[in-house]
Amino acid sequence: MPNILVFVETSASGELRSNPAGALSAAAAIGTPVAVVTVSPGSGAAVADTLGKLGAAHVFIAESASAATLLATPQAAALAAAAAEYDASAVLIEGTTDGRDIAGRLVARLGAALLADAVALKRDGDRLVATHSVFGGAYTVESTVEDGPVVVTVRPGAFEATSATATPAIKTVALDADGSASAVIDSVVEEKAVSSRPELREAKTVVSGGRGLGAADKFVLVEQLADALGAAVGASRAAVDAGWIPSNHQVGQTGTTVSPDLYIALGISGAIQHRAGMQTAKTIVAINKDADAPIFDVADFGIVGDVFSVVPQLIDAVASKN
Amino acid sequence: MKIVVLVKQVPDTFGERKLDTTTGLLDRDASEPIIDEINERALEAALQQKDADKSVEVVALSMGPSSATDALRKALAMGADRAIHVLDDSLAGADVARTTAVIGAAVASEGFDLVVAGNESTDGRGGVLASSLAETLGVAALTSIGELTVDGTSVSGVRATEYGTVTARADLPAVVSATERAPEGRFPNFKGIMTAKKKPLATVTLAELGVGDSGARSTVVSVAERPARTAGVKIVDDGTAATQLAEFLASNRLI
Repeated sequence: MPNILVFVETSASGELRSNPAGALSAAAAIGTPVAVVTVSPGSGAAVADTLGKLGAAHVFIAESASAATLLATPQAAALAAAAAEYDASAVLIEGTTDGRDIAGRLVARLGAALLADAVALKRDGDRLVATHSVFGGAYTVESTVEDGPVVVTVRPGAFEATSATATPAIKTVALDADGSASAVIDSVVEEKAVSSRPELREAKTVVSGGRGLGAADKFVLVEQLADALGAAVGASRAAVDAGWIPSNHQVGQTGTTVSPDLYIALGISGAIQHRAGMQTAKTIVAINKDADAPIFDVADFGIVGDVFSVVPQLIDAVASKN
Repeated sequence: MKIVVLVKQVPDTFGERKLDTTTGLLDRDASEPIIDEINERALEAALQQKDADKSVEVVALSMGPSSATDALRKALAMGADRAIHVLDDSLAGADVARTTAVIGAAVASEGFDLVVAGNESTDGRGGVLASSLAETLGVAALTSIGELTVDGTSVSGVRATEYGTVTARADLPAVVSATERAPEGRFPNFKGIMTAKKKPLATVTLAELGVGDSGARSTVVSVAERPARTAGVKIVDDGTAATQLAEFLASNRLI
């Protein structure tokens, strides 16, 4: 079984930033998963045990004083060192803002090829084949690398956690990161998860609001329905641009791409850029007062009506069914 | 100061975008090719530096087929001083690694203090080019920045990530990438459009750049078009729509 590196993002204080179980499981399906973390000296031991519980067979801990002060370069150096240490055939990196920076550097550093934004991975003989969802899910494309090292950015939330708990072999190395060609981090403001709602891209149900909500104080209706359904809150670009909700809730071409079991669009017309971010949802519900809104073309259940009268009734109806 | 702005021609997201299901490449006839909006923001960031200091030179650079000239002309009309078009038939279907190597060679031969790119294209969406280019050029990468601050020797800005906001800076020369939070690109005015026709637009080939063909390459194995979604039930609310919807959701085990 070839060794597959999985980069695991950690905060400045060495805590896991997201659940890497999905990526570790993806690696386990194609080889032996090796978790790689880059942390400040002395803070790696705590995560190693957790990573084993999530299925890592090996944990490679690169300790660097600049782990939290240089942008992407210590992490890329750690992965390059781990790739050599484990003779890895592929490196999986979650496609977050930081992850993509690390992947970009690593591709150039290793002379590797990139398989970008994979939503599935499989082994085909010696080759690794990645599946990509292109143009908002309009196409499914499979790609591979015939020869040479492979770096894969994996779409966050796309992989299920399936691995059994392992007792990992741990290796800790001191990493001497060269900061001469790196951006320097001056300060970080970590946003604590303030809501108990599920994370947008991983949620089974997403309720999104758009221009039809009309005002910032009315957007609360979206949140009320989301809470009634245990859903994440999304938004169209119009709602984000209007300042009704922060941009990390934007669903669409330029925001997050979601693929939930149920997507409910409230007061969203369904511009093609919005549909590109949600049309792979299993079931789509749309409520909009404009009967000609293009969102109805992709909706499994559409209601031509006023969100301010339909949604409160829907919340009551959901409550009575639970 | 010389700022190189990377420009990519992409299919308009307002239109139907298609892949050729035989080759996996973009079907360039299916939709109107335009300059990617994120590149207009990148160019705007560069032009604002030029507004503040006339000695700043802004060079727009694109790698793409012959039609990419249009995207470069738009950049010139917006205010770039010169344009460079890396044009070579062998680049059709180039993957990220090859694209980075070619753009890296073009930027290195041009010389630069700052390279400004978009954080991700609307078609490929890989979002790795800026950092990969920085690694290739041996300089710092400051990516996903909303608003850039440039002084004579360094660049700084705030990047929004999934986990919070990061304030960072880099010494020049550097590669930066702009996000949607960066100011919108300016509209070309009449004078800009007229002068754009006279501004230099150089075409360079891979042989002139001295770029070989080495390294691992990703290739497309298969392409399948997803069946178009069809509309389902559509009802006009007569006071019972919410109840009907709740029943639909319950019968599909969605609530």
